[in-house]
Amino acid sequence: MTPVISTRGLVKRYGRIRAVDGIDLDVRAGDVYGFLGANGSGKTTTVRMLLGLVLPTAGEVALLGERMPRAARRVLPRVGALIEGPAHHGHLSGRANLALLDAAGPGGSRRTRTRRVQEVLEQVGLGGVDRRPVRAYSLGMRQRLGLAGALLRRPELLVLDEPTNGLDPQGISEVRELLLDLHRGGTTVFLSSHLLAEVEQLCTRVGVLDRGHLVLQEELATLTAPTGATVVHTPAADRVRAVLDGRVLAVEGSRVVVRGADPAEVNALLVGAGVPVTGLALQRPTLEEVVLAAAGSSPDRVEGAR
Amino acid sequence: MIGVELSKLFRRPRTWTTIAVLNALPVLVAVLVRLTDLAPRPGEGPPFLSAVLTNGALYPLAALAIVLPLFLPIAVAVVAGDSVAGEAQAGTLRYLLARPAGRTRLLVAKLVSVVAFVLVTVLVVAAVGYLTGTTVFDVQPAAGTSVSGTSLTQEELVGRTLLAIGYVTVSMLGVAAFGLFFSTLTDSPLAAALGALAVLVASSLLFTLDAASPIAPYLPTRYWLAFVDLFRDPVLWRDLTRGLALQGVYVGVLLAAAWANFTTKDVTS
Repeated sequence: MTPVISTRGLVKRYGRIRAVDGIDLDVRAGDVYGFLGANGSGKTTTVRMLLGLVLPTAGEVALLGERMPRAARRVLPRVGALIEGPAHHGHLSGRANLALLDAAGPGGSRRTRTRRVQEVLEQVGLGGVDRRPVRAYSLGMRQRLGLAGALLRRPELLVLDEPTNGLDPQGISEVRELLLDLHRGGTTVFLSSHLLAEVEQLCTRVGVLDRGHLVLQEELATLTAPTGATVVHTPAADRVRAVLDGRVLAVEGSRVVVRGADPAEVNALLVGAGVPVTGLALQRPTLEEVVLAAAGSSPDRVEGAR
Repeated sequence: MIGVELSKLFRRPRTWTTIAVLNALPVLVAVLVRLTDLAPRPGEGPPFLSAVLTNGALYPLAALAIVLPLFLPIAVAVVAGDSVAGEAQAGTLRYLLARPAGRTRLLVAKLVSVVAFVLVTVLVVAAVGYLTGTTVFDVQPAAGTSVSGTSLTQEELVGRTLLAIGYVTVSMLGVAAFGLFFSTLTDSPLAAALGALAVLVASSLLFTLDAASPIAPYLPTRYWLAFVDLFRDPVLWRDLTRGLALQGVYVGVLLAAAWANFTTKDVTS
């Protein structure tokens, strides 16, 4: 199976700064790929290189099996993109904006344009939008319109940069449903975000970028697999240590981490000894813990020299 | 793609406001000249303005001569400077290129739309000038008088006016090329338009300076007013052909530079 996005040794240097330093992305068909990284870690530069907006200093990009930016004219009509927030012509209506965007490139038939524009507007929840100019739209409406532009040609691959930015909680959940729906229909989604919760809820695979390096690229299920320990919540944390001597890994207030991948066995031991148990679960690392462990401190921190 | 750019340009209210404002000055001048009857003496003030008192049909030329030194170049520089940098500032450039519009195609479409703007603007100035001239002043329908004092037939007058319109359009293409080139260098449409204007102001200033006479023949504004020569008898072609050749070189070089820059540039806006 050809990878949908694959980069080899991708480097972008601005002067002496290496914004992206040799990354090897591997996004497969059917993935919902979460591309994580702090602000300034090189996410946007990478997304722009994928789409041929920024030209790499070194390395290769292949999109849907073809070299970019050489094959841009063949490949990009099959890709929908939302790059760093939506942008439209403020004096035109949403419909006019979409129609102009559709007419600006190959693969958009004039005959079906009005119908396709209406379809994507309905898909993103703007089906009843009137003729008022985009200037008068709210941030959430603009975000939806941007998403509509990305969906206009029924792309095989969606490259989305912070797609839920500016949306209210209902809007975020609608967009999540829409993306999952598209994914079930066979669309591969590449989602660049710094919102860990969003990625955790949506994605099947995760890549973490830190200061231009891809420090992690793995299935989400593998990353958040059980660690082999059990988390016990109890008001009598000190008594746990007495009962399960040597198996207690950590105690934080009423939360005790115990070695052992079978909560039922841990529970039986504790209850048998008369220790009250209020909560019990297999320990799984959260995505946040995984990302923080893989990446260093935030690159937009500027420490003073000492 | 060209259709998209043309529709963007001419559906924009600002384009028509610019053209309307551009026409206000010649209309104002016509009304003032009529009310006071104080036309500049022949050879002074804007060309043709002294002649319109006797023949209003010459007013399109006077109107072009009035807007040519400053108003028209400003309008062209603003539109050309906005062409790529305006999209970059609005953020729509990245979506156009990811569509993909193709960088060379986009640049060509932008160029065509700027040329269309120049042509429409010059034609509207000429048409409004004709309407103003024929309503405000007396008209001699049979013929006009050349700058040299001989008389021109109606056909000669119409033909030479059309040639003059064409010449002014070509002169403005130089400005458009500067604007378009600067527009690919920066993400600020204001900076691009001001850059193009700075070139023109510098050129006009150097033209008046004796010490700059060695480079005078190469200044972009040097032959702008040569369209007056079309109304001499016989037509004085020397400056006209030099003007066309000079604009051709400027347009060619600047467009090549704009293309080389734009097709290899990182779009980070």
